[in-house]
Amino acid sequence: MTAWGALPMLAVMLPVLGMVLALPAGARGAERITLALLPVGIALAVGTAAAVQASGAPVVHLLGHWAPPLGLSFRADGLSAAMLLTAALVVAAVALFARAGFGTAAGAPETRAAFAFWPLLLALWGATNLVVVATDLFTLYVALELLTFAAMPIVCLDGKRATLEAALRYLMFALLGSVLYLLGVALIYGAYGTLDFVLLAGKARAEVPTYVAVALMTAGLLAKTALLPLHLWLPPAHAGAPPAASAILSALVVKGSFVILVRLWFGVMPGLAAPAAAQVLGALGAAAILLGSVAALRQERLKLLVAYSTVAQIGYLFLMFPLLVAAPGHEAFAAKTWTGGVLQAVSHAFAKASMFLAAGLIAARLGQDRIDGLAGAARLLPVPVAAFGLAGLSLMGVPPSGGFAAKWMLLTSAIEAGQWWWALVILGGGLLTGSYVYRVMAAALTGDGTQPALRRPDKREKIVLALALVSVVLGLLPLAAFGLVQVGRLDLAP
Amino acid sequence: MMADGLIAAAILGVALATIASRGTFTAVALFIAYGLLLSFAWVRLGAIDIALTEAAIGAGLSGALLLGAASRVAGRGAAMDRRPGRAMTVAIALGCAGVTAALAAAILLLPDPAPSLAPQVAANIGATGLGNPVAAVLMSFRGLDTLLESAVLVLAVIAAWSLAPDDAWGGKPGPMQPVLADGPLALLARLLPPLGILVAVHVLWIGKDAPGGKFQAAAILAAMWMLPWMAGRVVPPPISARWLRVAVAAGPALFIAIGLAGWMTQGAFLAYPPGLALPLIMVVEIALTASIAIALALLVIGPPGRRA
Repeated sequence: MTAWGALPMLAVMLPVLGMVLALPAGARGAERITLALLPVGIALAVGTAAAVQASGAPVVHLLGHWAPPLGLSFRADGLSAAMLLTAALVVAAVALFARAGFGTAAGAPETRAAFAFWPLLLALWGATNLVVVATDLFTLYVALELLTFAAMPIVCLDGKRATLEAALRYLMFALLGSVLYLLGVALIYGAYGTLDFVLLAGKARAEVPTYVAVALMTAGLLAKTALLPLHLWLPPAHAGAPPAASAILSALVVKGSFVILVRLWFGVMPGLAAPAAAQVLGALGAAAILLGSVAALRQERLKLLVAYSTVAQIGYLFLMFPLLVAAPGHEAFAAKTWTGGVLQAVSHAFAKASMFLAAGLIAARLGQDRIDGLAGAARLLPVPVAAFGLAGLSLMGVPPSGGFAAKWMLLTSAIEAGQWWWALVILGGGLLTGSYVYRVMAAALTGDGTQPALRRPDKREKIVLALALVSVVLGLLPLAAFGLVQVGRLDLAP
Repeated sequence: MMADGLIAAAILGVALATIASRGTFTAVALFIAYGLLLSFAWVRLGAIDIALTEAAIGAGLSGALLLGAASRVAGRGAAMDRRPGRAMTVAIALGCAGVTAALAAAILLLPDPAPSLAPQVAANIGATGLGNPVAAVLMSFRGLDTLLESAVLVLAVIAAWSLAPDDAWGGKPGPMQPVLADGPLALLARLLPPLGILVAVHVLWIGKDAPGGKFQAAAILAAMWMLPWMAGRVVPPPISARWLRVAVAAGPALFIAIGLAGWMTQGAFLAYPPGLALPLIMVVEIALTASIAIALALLVIGPPGRRA
């Protein structure tokens, strides 16, 4: 139990409480609850980050004063703090953006989509926060379920047949992932008598049950993270989803299972991680970067291009694994890889949320989202198109941007680790990303000879631009600021 | 030993038959039998709480849900799914066999006796005032998990309703049930509910000292609502009804409120004041039973359908 441990606890419980109260409150009440919680959530995330940074140690809250292994705890380390902040800001942006589509005017009858959207958004927020602060592998399972059962219906809110089919496919992948993860959890409990990953870190033995458990859990989490070849659910799920849902899905939902995977590999079983297995994960990541980018380049619809770009950008996250496995004994190098990976997750969250929302505005204005039909888009919608381009710079890894800092750290780590092949993949991926972003920008910047009609300024454009700017500005922060994400890294804990 | 062997063989046999059966209804019927056999296995393992839950939720409510889905699919003449090609079949077989072999190896190599938290639970159960160690784990030591699971049920109701057609929004949930004047279902729908409600209250109340508790009681209560519904004797309220929504949310909301009160007065979320643990836990149990029962029934009944 540490001072300020209540901050991450409240960051989890308030959105969950909001989700529960949203049901009796109805669509309009749920919208108000959500809007009221946004500043609170941001303040809690900022407070958690400040407490972690100031104390240089994780902040811990013991539920009911029961300490693990008997009880459960919330523990916010640097990684948690970074993800809490990301989640709070992205959810705030998406909520403000979504008011135009899912808001309910005073006296207007409740609609199905508006009724469902707000509690689902709150559930996704609470679940994301829970994923990054829970320390018990079973509580994390509950968090993953909360994440899945909120993400699946929000993806098919439009209720069309194709969207429902895509959501059902997503559910199948996610449930397969849940089953595999739960099997692993049961084995871990049978082997060690505890599910708390902080306690497990000192106990894990190089034995068959441990390896089988971690292999099963890894496979399950990969399905939820949509790493190639388990990405098949992601592009169709995005195709018909509302832009706000796509933004949350790509920015936060797939990162949740990734954070658990990182904790499992480098928290629960540091030193047990097999280099060969880590190379396999790295190779899948590399394949995702290259094949996902090529697929993005070949898409006809803007939304699907952005979705395949998510498949590719997830791949970068998995380059962390072979590099961190090679890291023991090289503190500076491990720290750099870790920061690079976390920064990739965070900057991609902001960039991709911006891109999906921008694509949504463009599609709504043009009435379709074929890339060939984007001519004149830049004149009609200069701000969203500019935001799309800025976010694209971050995805490509062009300096100065968050994506550049992340990819640069991963690239130099790869060279220092003597694993130069990952550096080649990062460079190749950057070129391919540049190509598909250029394709969109070139089409959007082509004039179609018409003058845009006068229109009222849309507040949503500013939100989209702000998200893109955050993803760029992350690269301007001095690297010392990222000392935060090093706090409480389990494999470095004394 | 003999009985264990028979139960294990029966579970495997029924599981195989479930997968192999071609008809949807046959598969669902076998799946329900599979759940009942599983609860026998839990009884043999001494896990009565899990056995009750498996029978009530795994076999009972899931069975009802699957039967409903099967009849909807049969009614619409949905196309049978494409059968996977030969290469896919081989890949699936190899994958399943590999996972099974790995699981078997891991389970045989687990430490024996298994490490257990049971001594720690026994040492600390006094603080909760409860006599049933499972209830102490669910409501105190790991109360957070129970709280979150109850919130997941609220989310599940919202998710199920979100699949309703737009023009049916706010209407009565589920398909219309014809009124059955006589027959076994009509008889049961009249006879069973008073008895079932009594059993549910009993299961809920003894849960503090013996196997039982809110989930099992709620499943029984839900069934006591669904029986007369299936017989056409009661009509569920429209989903726009305020009391219905309040009832589903009340239990989890109260649990979170008590958790937050624990943080404000005792310094930790879900910390119960000394001496007040048992009364608070029972209040939460009773409120959760009502909310979970309604949520489970609403999940089986389904979202509002298209208006006729």
